[in-house]
Amino acid sequence: MEIFGVPSQALFGQLLIGLINGSFYALLSLGLAVIFGLLNIINFTHGAQYMLGAFCAYLLLNNLGIGYWWSLALAPIIVGITGVIIERTMLSKLYKLDHLYGLLLTFGLALIIQGLFRNEFGSSGLPYRIPQELQGAQNLGFMFLPNYRAWVIVVSLVVCLATWYVIERTKLGAYLRAATENPQLVQAFGINVPRMITLTYGFGVALAAFAGVMAAPIYQVNPLMGADLIIVVFAVVVIGGMGSIMGAIVTGFGLGIIEGLTKVFYPEASNTVIFVIMAIVLMFKPAGLFGTQK
Amino acid sequence: MSGPTPTTSHPSAPAGDELRAQKIAFLVMVAIIAIAPAVVYPIFMMKVMCFALFACAFNLLIGFGGLLSFGHAMFLGSAGYVSAHAAKAWGLTPELAILCGTLAACGIAFVSGLLAIRRQGIYFAMITLALAQMIFFFCLQAPFTGGEDGIQAVPRGKLFGLIDLSNIVAMYIVVAVIFLGGFLLIFRIVHSPFGHVLKAIRENEARATSLGYDTDRYKLAAYILSGAIAGLAGATKALVFQLASLTDVHWTMSGEVVLMTLLGGLGTIFGPVVGAAVIITMQNYLAQFGAWVTIIQGVIFVICVLAFRRGIIGEIAHALKKSL
Repeated sequence: MEIFGVPSQALFGQLLIGLINGSFYALLSLGLAVIFGLLNIINFTHGAQYMLGAFCAYLLLNNLGIGYWWSLALAPIIVGITGVIIERTMLSKLYKLDHLYGLLLTFGLALIIQGLFRNEFGSSGLPYRIPQELQGAQNLGFMFLPNYRAWVIVVSLVVCLATWYVIERTKLGAYLRAATENPQLVQAFGINVPRMITLTYGFGVALAAFAGVMAAPIYQVNPLMGADLIIVVFAVVVIGGMGSIMGAIVTGFGLGIIEGLTKVFYPEASNTVIFVIMAIVLMFKPAGLFGTQK
Repeated sequence: MSGPTPTTSHPSAPAGDELRAQKIAFLVMVAIIAIAPAVVYPIFMMKVMCFALFACAFNLLIGFGGLLSFGHAMFLGSAGYVSAHAAKAWGLTPELAILCGTLAACGIAFVSGLLAIRRQGIYFAMITLALAQMIFFFCLQAPFTGGEDGIQAVPRGKLFGLIDLSNIVAMYIVVAVIFLGGFLLIFRIVHSPFGHVLKAIRENEARATSLGYDTDRYKLAAYILSGAIAGLAGATKALVFQLASLTDVHWTMSGEVVLMTLLGGLGTIFGPVVGAAVIITMQNYLAQFGAWVTIIQGVIFVICVLAFRRGIIGEIAHALKKSL
């Protein structure tokens, strides 16, 4: 069977890879958007923290024998705590300055973290096994769907939508959105805004680490696994615009799929297609597809 | 925007006095360039000068225009490729090869600038980074760049068809002239009416607009100038090392130039030069320690941002109450 002159196996295969990449784009750009909303900082360390999540799972497994399922919960907590420490000791000193300093600081932190791990583990990837329960694949008739990949797509969708729900539909989320609009006023109502900022950063970082654990069995665990990824995620964020949580999710998945399709129809451009889309979006909608110009 | 740069100008000091301090500093710099080859490897000094010019070009944009580009490697790297290709495949003389590289950087700056100046602040940084990554992938895949190998064994050729640049003294003088010329050009731009408008936009863009300045055109012009001078540095570097490679167009290079400028002092005239010299020296001595270079660079970033925002020259200028 062929679709547009391409064997359907290849097409669906790339579509699946696109969806998987899209899941990670969505999770990471969601974390960036949540952090940016409250802290006005672009977290350049995000890629390194994604890598930390994967390494956390790897080290938990190989040193303590703690498996995938516990890692899925533990790694985000551990990495999230390091995020809280970073926010308390460093980022919080910069809120009164130009926001660019936050970018520079987090860039420096990313260099440190990635450098340390490269020193310790080298730059070749370390394998992480797919958990027993998720091995194997389903025959869908038109293609084979590995169970783990289906799991990644479903879980990241659930996590993204849950985050959206908490921020847009609950009281906690209302506080968060209010603090994004006007932190002084919210503080005057007796809400501890600095603590909220700290926890928000911790949560955003935890999301990155969660994505890292999910990625560990698919991509290899590698000190530089987040370094190039974060640049693509930045482009995703520019395309979606930072204004909306749903925007981050939709553009994340959408661009993953477009990237996958490009691999089928014009492989030479698959590395650059997201950047080209960014350029086009900037020409016609500088604030991004879902953003509002501040 | 409150302006990312701790300004070091002191309006109270008389203008003549300011200029004198800068003149003295400039003469010191020329003297160091003249004497240094007796003490350190000339090739090392040429590397420092290329990177110093690169950092100065970057500083023109952030220090005086308030625009943080996180993609300046695209100018350095692509100009290097074009000039290397021009010298090797087309057999052009070095001055023409460098011109080709610079013009290529100019063109890339024009196109990417049109896109990037549509957003400000953090977005500007992210967009330039993404565009630079696009250029990186282009350089990785384009047929003439040699992929992972880069363009090797680039002939230095004869300047104007007369002076053989394989002679290290001749090459050194050419690099010194290019560096000092570029430096003086930036100095001139900063002190021109154009430079003052740029600083006004950095301080308060809305006000500059209300005074009738088309701020987008000024920003684009600054961006193109910065990109072209960065390209000049990259083209020269390609001839010095006879190599154009992916290193120069990778995002880590964009980060390095930010670090050099930040360490030396954002918005100072001489800061980027000092910052480049320090970072290149450090890389040279720590080269055998591998990933430690990255870690130390990260640590310097963190220290600079948290506690040392004026940078080396900025601190000196602050202590002397002069603008350097």
